[in-house]
Amino acid sequence: MTYASTVSMKVNGERRDLEVDNRTSLLDALREHLHLTGTKKGCDHGQCGACTVLVNGVRINSCLTLAVMHDGDEVTTIEGLGQPDNLHPMQAAFVKHDGFQCGYCTPGQICSSVAVLEEIKANLPSHVTVSLTERTRISEAEIRERMSGNICRCGAYSNIVEAIVEAAGTRA
Amino acid sequence: MKFETPAKTNPIDNLKVVGQPIHRIDGELKTTGRAMYAYEWHDPNLHYAYGYPLGSSIAKGRIKSMDVAAAEAAPGVMSVVTTLSVGELGKGKLNTAKLFGGDEIQHYHQAIAVVVAETFEQARAAASLIKVEYQEESGTFDLAEAKMSAVKPKDTDGAPPDTAVGDFDGAFYAAAVSMDETYTTPDQSHSMMEPHASIALWHGDELTVWTSSQMIDWWRSDLATTLGIDKEKIHMMSPFIGGGFGGKLFLRSDAVLAAIAAKATGRPVKVALPRPLLVNNTTHRPATIQRIRIGADKSGMITAIGHESWSGDLPGGGPETAVMQTRLLYAGENRMTAMRLAELNLPEGNAMRAPGEAPGLMALEIAIDEMAEKLGLDPIEFRILNDTQVDPEKPERPFSHRNLVGCLKLGAERFGWNDRKKPGARREGNWLIGLGVAAGFRNNLVMPSGARVRLGNDGVVNVETDMTDIGTGSYTIIAQTAAEMMGVAVDKVGVHLGDSRFPISAGSGGQFGANSATSGVYAACVKLREAVAMRLGFNSDDVVFENGEVRSGNRSVPLAAAAGAEGLVGEDTMEWGDLTDTHQQSTFGAHFVEVGVDLATGETRVRRMLAVCAAGRIINPITARSQVIGAMTMGVGLALFEELAVDTRRGFFVNHDLASYEVPVHADIPYQEVIFLDETDPMSSPMKAKGVGELGLCGVSAAIANAIYNATGVRVRDYPITLDKVIGDLPEVA
Amino acid sequence: MRAFTFERASSVEAAAKSVASNPDARFIAGGTNLLDLMKLEIETPTHLIDVNGLGLDKIEATTDGGLRIGALVRNTDLAAHETVRRDYGLLSRALVAGASGQLRNKATTSGNLLQRTRCPYFYDTNQPCNKRQPGSGCSALGGISRQLGVMGVSEACIATHPSDMAVAMRALDAVVETVKPDGTIRSVKIEDFHRLPGDTPHIETVLERGEFITAVSLPPPVGGRHIYRKVRDRASYAFALVSVGAIIQSDGKGRVAVGGVAHKPWRLEAADVELPKGAKAASGALLAGSRPTEQNKFKIDLVERTLGAVISEARG
Repeated sequence: MTYASTVSMKVNGERRDLEVDNRTSLLDALREHLHLTGTKKGCDHGQCGACTVLVNGVRINSCLTLAVMHDGDEVTTIEGLGQPDNLHPMQAAFVKHDGFQCGYCTPGQICSSVAVLEEIKANLPSHVTVSLTERTRISEAEIRERMSGNICRCGAYSNIVEAIVEAAGTRA
Repeated sequence: MKFETPAKTNPIDNLKVVGQPIHRIDGELKTTGRAMYAYEWHDPNLHYAYGYPLGSSIAKGRIKSMDVAAAEAAPGVMSVVTTLSVGELGKGKLNTAKLFGGDEIQHYHQAIAVVVAETFEQARAAASLIKVEYQEESGTFDLAEAKMSAVKPKDTDGAPPDTAVGDFDGAFYAAAVSMDETYTTPDQSHSMMEPHASIALWHGDELTVWTSSQMIDWWRSDLATTLGIDKEKIHMMSPFIGGGFGGKLFLRSDAVLAAIAAKATGRPVKVALPRPLLVNNTTHRPATIQRIRIGADKSGMITAIGHESWSGDLPGGGPETAVMQTRLLYAGENRMTAMRLAELNLPEGNAMRAPGEAPGLMALEIAIDEMAEKLGLDPIEFRILNDTQVDPEKPERPFSHRNLVGCLKLGAERFGWNDRKKPGARREGNWLIGLGVAAGFRNNLVMPSGARVRLGNDGVVNVETDMTDIGTGSYTIIAQTAAEMMGVAVDKVGVHLGDSRFPISAGSGGQFGANSATSGVYAACVKLREAVAMRLGFNSDDVVFENGEVRSGNRSVPLAAAAGAEGLVGEDTMEWGDLTDTHQQSTFGAHFVEVGVDLATGETRVRRMLAVCAAGRIINPITARSQVIGAMTMGVGLALFEELAVDTRRGFFVNHDLASYEVPVHADIPYQEVIFLDETDPMSSPMKAKGVGELGLCGVSAAIANAIYNATGVRVRDYPITLDKVIGDLPEVA
Repeated sequence: MRAFTFERASSVEAAAKSVASNPDARFIAGGTNLLDLMKLEIETPTHLIDVNGLGLDKIEATTDGGLRIGALVRNTDLAAHETVRRDYGLLSRALVAGASGQLRNKATTSGNLLQRTRCPYFYDTNQPCNKRQPGSGCSALGGISRQLGVMGVSEACIATHPSDMAVAMRALDAVVETVKPDGTIRSVKIEDFHRLPGDTPHIETVLERGEFITAVSLPPPVGGRHIYRKVRDRASYAFALVSVGAIIQSDGKGRVAVGGVAHKPWRLEAADVELPKGAKAASGALLAGSRPTEQNKFKIDLVERTLGAVISEARG
C-alpha cells in the first residue's frame, strides 16, 4: 500500500480525477489541487465553519475529512452555487443585506445557509426546536442556532439572518 | 493637499453618491468565492512550495541547538530554515518582539523554523520532526503579581502616561458621594477568520509578497528592515484581507518566513500560520487592572474623577492605554489619570480594535453606572449632567462637534429605557431581564493618505491607493468618493487597493481609514478635476462634474472626451494641519442592551441591542452600519466570554484555538439596531466624516455588564462576565 | 500529520483484524475528532481503515422493544429519527446540543462515544499530559482547569469526556455492541464502557486493541419527561461547562446523568434514588466526594441549580 491514492469526484458538476497524498483534506484538495479557493481555511480544525461545502447535498466541514474518502462523491462549493453575473438567490440576498464584511467566512456561511433551509424542510430537529414530534418551522431562532457552526468575526450575524430569511421567502 | 481650515461646501456635499446606501462593489466577488485572499494567489506558470512554521515550546530562554536532520530527510522537503541557521535578523520598527532569527526566545510559539516542502502535508509533517534543545529561563507571566513592579511608561503616540488637573485627592476626599472600585479586563484575541498568510517570490534581489495586511507601507518597511533589504525592492499586495481588527497592523512572521523560505529554495513559497499557533505567535490585546475613583456633589456633578490602569508587555512594549477616554469623556474640575506598565514575558501585546478605549470604557462605564446608582440618579441623566463641550483637561480646547447627549436621549426613547426596573425586579419565566446603557466614545484620528486617480478615454475613473479593505467597505466608499468628485456613476469607477505600487494611504486601523483614505481620494480627484479643466480650457472655479459630463458656463463636454486618447491622471496626498490639536475630534455613541440571565444557570443571553452613533457624515449607511453591528458583536464576546487564559507557570495563552477561545456565534446575537445621527463635522476633513468602526465597540461591553446588574443585582467587575461569577449571588432555585 | 496508508474495510471482521495486527492502525469513520488530533500529531496512526462502507448505518427496532443504532449512524440522522424523537427524546436533545450542524452530519455514534477530551493541555503537544504521553505529568492540575473534571479525577488526570450524546446514552442505559478481532461479540454496558483516569488516563475505554463497535442498543423506552440541559458560555457550538440529562416520571422518580464533570458521563444509582427529594438531595449524592479545583468548583453549585431547573421543567 502507498501513502497516496487516486480519487474521482464530481465537483460542481464536473468530474475531477486527482492523485492525492492520503493526508490531503477535502479542503486542501479543493484549494491547492483544484484551485477552487472560494472554500476557505479558517482554522483547519472544525472550529469555524469557513470550509463548509456540500457533499452529496449535505453540508460538512471540508477540513475534517480526507479527500480519499470522497471517491465518487458529488461536491458543491461556493463556486458551484453561482457566479458573479449569475448569483444564487442566497448569494444575492447576502449582497443585498450586507451579510458579510471581510468576506472570508462568507462562502461557508452561504453554503451552510443553503443547506440549513433544506434541513429545516427535511424536518431535522435543532437545539432550539420546540417540539421533537411536531414539524420544524423556519424561524430566526432556528436559523441562528443552525448557523452557529459558521463563525463570522466581523460580526455580520444580524444581517446574515436577514439575508437567509429573505432567501427562504423567495424560494418558498 | 493640506487640510488646515474647516471644510466649506465642496462637491462631496452634493451627496448624489456619497452618503447613499450603495451595496458593496466587491459583494459579488466575495459571495461567489472569487475574491482572492493572500494564500490563494495562483499563477499556473509558477511552481509553488509550501512553508510550515514551527513555534517555540517555551516562553523565555535560548535555543541551545536544533536537530533538523530528520526533517531535512523527510519526503518532499526542500529546505529547513531555522532561527539559528538564518542568524540575527533586523526587527521591524513597529514590532516589539522579533519575528524570527537568533537564539533568543521572547515568547511562546515565537517562530523558530520554517520547513519548505513540495506539498503542505509534507511540510507540516516534517516540521514536527525538528528537535530543539532549550535553555529555559524564568519569566513573569502574571499581571496581578507584576503590578507592584510596574513603572511609568514613556509617552504613547504623544500622549503622556499621567495627567492631572486641579486637586484630585482633595476633591475626592471632600466629595459628598464617592466610589473607588477596581476592574479587570483579560487578554483578548483578534481571532480574525483568515489566518495570517503570505506568498513570497524572488526575482533576483526583488521580492514580491502577497499577504494579508491592514497597512501595506508599514509591512513593507518593516519587512525590508527585518530582511535588511531596500524597501523599494519589495512589491507587496493585499487586495483582500480576511479580517484584522488590529492583528494585521504590523508585520508578522508569515511574511518573514515566506520571504526567507522563498530565498532558500528559489521557489515561490506559501506560508499560513496554523490556527493553534496564531494566538501565541502574533499579538493580542493586553489585560488591564483599572482603578476608578469618582467623587460628586449631591446634585450629581462630578467633582473628582481618577482613572489608573496597569497592563503588561514584553520589554520595549507599551501600555494598553485604557485611561485615554477618561481624560475627555466627562466634566469634573479635579482629575487624574495614570498608566503603569509591567514587564511580562507573554506574547506581544498590541493594538486590537479600539485600543485603549475598548477596555477603558469596559471599566469606566460600569463605574459611571455604579456612581449614578449611588447618587440615586438615572445613569443617562448622570451622564448628561456631566457632559462637556470642551476638553476637560484643557478647557480652552473645544470639541469640534459633540452630541453625546443626543445619542443618549434618542436611544433612551427608541429603546424604551423608561421601562427599566430596579435591579432584580423583572422576571420572565426562568429569565431575569435587565436593561443597560453605556456611553460610546472613540477619538477621530486622521492619517496622511494618498491616491492616484486615472481618467480613461472610456470615461471610466480608476482609483489606485495602497489603502486596504479589511471588511470595512473601503472599495465601496472610495468608489463613491471618486464618483461624487468626478460626476460619474459608481459603476464607472474602478478601485484598486492594497498594492505597494500605489500611493501610500492611511491604511486600515484606529477607525481612521474611511475618513482619511476617502480624503486622500478627494485630494487626488481635485487634482484630476484641475487637469480636466485645464485640458478643456475651462476656468476651474466654476467647473461642474455631473452625469458623466464636465460643464463650465454653457459649455459641456463628456468626461470621456476630456480624457483624451492617453487619459488624465490626478495624484495627491491628503495631509493634515493642526485642527486636531486646536479642536478635540471624537466620535460618540450610546449603547443600549437588554439581557436575560438564566435564573438557574447564570447564563447571560443578549436579547436586544441598539447603538446610536454620532460620527460625522456617514459615507455609506450600509457599510457603516455593518461596522457598528460587527463591533457590537465583538462587544458581546468581550463582555461575556472572551478571555485568553494565561498559564502563569509556563507563560502562554492556553486556549489558543477557536474552540477554546470562544467568540460569539450566530446564536449569541439578536437583531441589532443602529441609528446614525444626521450630522457633519467640517473640522475633520473635506468628507466631514469621522471614523465609526471602533466606536461601535466602545462601551457596548459595559452596557451588557450594566444590564446584567440590572437583571440580577449582581455587580461583576471582572471581565468576562461568565456564569461562575454570577450564580453564587443568584436566588435559590426551587 | 504523519503519512499513513489507507484502506476501505471490506467487513467488520477484516477491519478488526487489520487494526489488531498493526498497533499504529486506526479505524476512521466521521473523522471529525481523529483528523483534528492527527493534524496536531496527538494521534499518529500509520494506517487508516475506512469503515464507512460497512452498512452499519441502520437504526432498527429490537425484538425486546428497544432500538439498535448502527455504529456509523450519523449524529444528525440519529437525532432526527422518528423513534428516537418520540421515545428517546433525551438522546435527540443531547445530540443537537453538540457541535455544529456540519460536524453532526459527519460524526458517528461510535465516534462520538470515543471522542477524546478537550483539555487544552491534551491539545498542546508542548505540554506534559499523562493522557497523551503517559508519565509526563498533568499540566491541568495547577493550571487552567475551568472546563475540567470534578468527579472521579486523579492525580494523573482531571480531564472530562466531552460528549453530549454519551450523557443521554448513560441515562438511557445503552449497551455498546462490539466485535473483537477474533470474531467474538460482546456487549458492554455504557456505565462500564468509559474508564476513570486513575493512573492510566491514556486508557479511556474498556475496548481492546482492534475491538470494533458495531452498534449501540437502547432498552425499551421508559417514558417520562426527557430533558437535556446544556450549560455553556456561548449559546451554541461550545462544549458544556456542565450538562444535565434527565428522565423524570410523573411521580418524581427518574434518572439523571451529568456531563462536563468527569472522565465519563456521570450517573450514580444513589443519586437517582434521591431524585424525588429534589435537586439538592440528588446532586448532593451525585457529586459526593467531588474534588474540584479553585477554577471549577462552581460546577458543584451549577449542577445542583441546573438540575433544579430540569426538575421544575419536568414538573411544569
